Amino acid sequence: MSAAVEAPAGRTVEPTERRPARLAELFLLILALAAGITAFAMVGRSVTGELPSDFWPVSLLLTGIGVAAHVVLRLRAPWADQVILPAVVLLNGLGLAMILRLQLADTKGADAWSQMMYTALGAGIAILIIWFLRDHRWIRRLTYTAMLVGLGLVVLPLLPVIGREINGARIWVNIAGFSLQPAEFAKIAFAIFFAGYLVTNRDTLALAGKKVLGLQLPRIRDLGPIIIVWAASLAVLVFERDLGTSLLFFGLFVAMLYLATERFSWVLIGLVLFAAGALVAASVFPHVGARMDVWLHPFDNELYNAVGGSYQIVQGTFALAAGGLFGTGWGEGYPYLVPYAFSDFIYSSLGEELGLTGLLAILLTYLLIVQRGLRTAIAVRDGFGKLLAGGLAFVMALQLFVVVGGITRIIPLTGLTLPFMAQGGSSLLANWIVIALLLRVSDNARRPSALPMRGTVAQGGGAMHDPIVVGAHDGTTPGGGVPVRRSAADAPSRGSTPSHPTEAISGPLDPRRDDPRGTTGGEHL
Amino acid sequence: MNTTLRRLASVVMVMFLALMVSTTWIQFFHADELNSDTRNIRSIYAEYGRARGPIVVGGEAVALSKPVDDEFGYQREYTNGKLYSPLTGFFSLANGTTRIENTENDFLNGQADALWVDRLQNLLTGRDPEGSSVELTIDPKAQQAAWDALGDQRGAAVALDPKTGAILALVSKPSFDPNDLASHSTKEAGEAYTNLLNDDSKPLNSRATNWTYPPGSTFKLVTAAAALESGDYDADTSIDAPDTYQPPGTDRSIGNYGGTSCSSSGQMSLADALRISCNTAFAELGVDLGSDALYEQANAFGWNEPFQVPFNTDASIFPEPSDAFAPAFVAQAAIGQWDVRETPLQVAVTTAAIANGGEVMQPYSVDTVRDPQLEVVRETSPTSVRRAISQETANQLTDMMIGVVEDGSGRSAQISGVTVAGKTGTAQHGEGAPPHVWFTGFAPAEDPQVAVAVVVENGGTVGTSEATGGAVAAPIAKAVMEAVLNG
Repeated sequence: MSAAVEAPAGRTVEPTERRPARLAELFLLILALAAGITAFAMVGRSVTGELPSDFWPVSLLLTGIGVAAHVVLRLRAPWADQVILPAVVLLNGLGLAMILRLQLADTKGADAWSQMMYTALGAGIAILIIWFLRDHRWIRRLTYTAMLVGLGLVVLPLLPVIGREINGARIWVNIAGFSLQPAEFAKIAFAIFFAGYLVTNRDTLALAGKKVLGLQLPRIRDLGPIIIVWAASLAVLVFERDLGTSLLFFGLFVAMLYLATERFSWVLIGLVLFAAGALVAASVFPHVGARMDVWLHPFDNELYNAVGGSYQIVQGTFALAAGGLFGTGWGEGYPYLVPYAFSDFIYSSLGEELGLTGLLAILLTYLLIVQRGLRTAIAVRDGFGKLLAGGLAFVMALQLFVVVGGITRIIPLTGLTLPFMAQGGSSLLANWIVIALLLRVSDNARRPSALPMRGTVAQGGGAMHDPIVVGAHDGTTPGGGVPVRRSAADAPSRGSTPSHPTEAISGPLDPRRDDPRGTTGGEHL
Repeated sequence: MNTTLRRLASVVMVMFLALMVSTTWIQFFHADELNSDTRNIRSIYAEYGRARGPIVVGGEAVALSKPVDDEFGYQREYTNGKLYSPLTGFFSLANGTTRIENTENDFLNGQADALWVDRLQNLLTGRDPEGSSVELTIDPKAQQAAWDALGDQRGAAVALDPKTGAILALVSKPSFDPNDLASHSTKEAGEAYTNLLNDDSKPLNSRATNWTYPPGSTFKLVTAAAALESGDYDADTSIDAPDTYQPPGTDRSIGNYGGTSCSSSGQMSLADALRISCNTAFAELGVDLGSDALYEQANAFGWNEPFQVPFNTDASIFPEPSDAFAPAFVAQAAIGQWDVRETPLQVAVTTAAIANGGEVMQPYSVDTVRDPQLEVVRETSPTSVRRAISQETANQLTDMMIGVVEDGSGRSAQISGVTVAGKTGTAQHGEGAPPHVWFTGFAPAEDPQVAVAVVVENGGTVGTSEATGGAVAAPIAKAVMEAVLNG
């Protein structure tokens, strides 16, 4: 879709390429806003028989957010992906509608107005990031800062006084009356840290050790980092009692390690380590084991009636079942019978009123965001950008898997929440930041580049040119360097063929295409 | 890194696919099972939060849902609850649902498959879903007449349209008020239910459909039918009518009501034996016919299986013939004693079959179901269950029953200007206790419009062993028949 809009620009032979008008985004944005605002009206009509009292302010604010983000993207990131923003606005709007619906039904804790404020704040921060961060490579200098911030955030809930345990999981902090789920922000910090760390050390980590059963194992001495992250994840599992957070960080690391090193053995080692650790934790620590029981036998009457037992998950399952294929319709169901229907279990609430059809549409919308993020990673030229976009997109997919998988019992239930939909400030802010970063990387990825085109480089032939070309490129473009027109032949191919111009010539040297020499150039700015 | 990114994209696809499968698994494949889980109070909320359709008798709602301001939104109300509770049953948060409220639930709550067009319209227009109305076959005048005529006596009255099987009246006393059970306060409803359960008079059990009595002489209709169907007898056939009859293999003899003599000659016609309800004659006749003939004839009328009207009734009982079914028992069974039991509904069905030329019609109480737009969704068409007796047997029995009312034990059921056919019954049940008294009949005999069965427990207001079906039950039956005929 976006390619189609760009196509006319690509076909011109003018020396300056026209910026995309982002009409596709505008059109999709109108659809997304219409869906959200219609939902606001319908929940009001259905629950109280009239428009909700906050209908106009909430509708206008959501529209304002969408339009403001769209305008800022036009001005500051005109090449960014055009589907991501409307998809996010759609999810955010539907989430708001459900929270509003629960609030109208006097559900304790549901607060649509506060969610609206956090949406505005999150979108505002995202807009600021897009406005002021002109090149994502700038973030790379924060690699080790991000590590410290990430670790600090993870440890935060364990601290006395501010740490809070909710639903058995200690993943909350309470500062001056504001509740915060630090893991949401930590995932961004870790994505930045892993991207920066791995882009520097990927060569070492990719060096092969022994070959066992056809699998190239890494060298023992390179196992250090994965062991550290593994231990940290298990510590989160045991001390914060949340499998989801633990799985999120560890999965992110393993995925990014795999992206960077292209060695499947890392994934295998990671999975085996984590599974073994989780099993040992489940047998050694009773509270972890209890969660496993609830997962495996939720309908057992004893567990159902136990304090901290399976009541919530069973009620959530009932809500989903009540929705059936088409749902009860907005405001017609009983989602509030499930504890935390507006946050942890908003998925089951949506399932009850929108049905399987609605949930599949929502899942597909998330899938769209994630796949657009991964495509951004494929299209972007620098290794750090690839890892960052790939990691952020994957962590969103993983979070969705952990949340929805927990509610539908693929994995044990965790304390994470559905991005953009569940009520919660931390989640909203963090995920809007993720989207801002993805859009920023996407703009850089799709911006016409100074790189020689496929044809010309192929003529040059020698692989020797490659690092030099990349280095030169990195030396000139950071900080939002002058976009240079791409050839007519390449522009349309960006949408349909994810392959990168340089990839065509890199051949056997592909792993080193994002040579550290090339990318470190960015850091010298 | 692009290769690994693409692989990661595939992994993400698989992850999402897993989520879609698990969601579908719950919402589609396991939904029914989960919805019916007893811990799922959602179905109760849904059920009680809906505008449930009314149950209608003669154009007036006898059960309806009124909007109220509580967590459910609607309160079920019963007008004249005690009069109609044997039909409506109750709709109770604490105690479940019974009878029409139970069997017609899918229509009343609008969830029946047949109503999918309405649900689709509701979905598209955003209109609040509404249940369908269930219209009963009850004739409100006959129902009220039966209720009034029974007075404070314990018992039941059932009236049928013999040609269709439609239930015109169904009264049970003592009754209960379903409003007490429909309270949304679980405590109040629970207490009301416990009180009704513990009440010695068992008001929750409908005496008309879910209570079996010894049939007494009403069963002589079945015995007479078996005799006529055997081909060896007709109304004028002379049969033994001794003062006492001692069945083979026992030293206990059977006498007549009040120890009287049926006939000075010791012989009388079958018609006369029925007219004066001669016990010894029918006991001997039953032994002559044998237990198989009686069993088959009783089953042909509907014994030993429950009716669905559409709620389940209790089955009337006639024990299956076996070696233990000795002649002494056959003699007792032939005059409606021993282990033979029947519901008032079964008596009415038997009489209606005779009135209908031998054809047993399926008794039913739901006439039509209409959706909120008053379109007919379902209409009950009368169905024949089976032919119990031949037209000829039916004619002879009718003539014999006319004799009972004109010049026999059922004279108090006479209606001026109308030929009434009937049979009385006085069923002993335990030493010293006043008998349960019966009357069953139909009118007009030449073109039957109504068949009725009435039972009054323990002799009713007479309350002594002097009570007879003719004296106590026949006037009630007369009142019901008049209400239908004058309707």
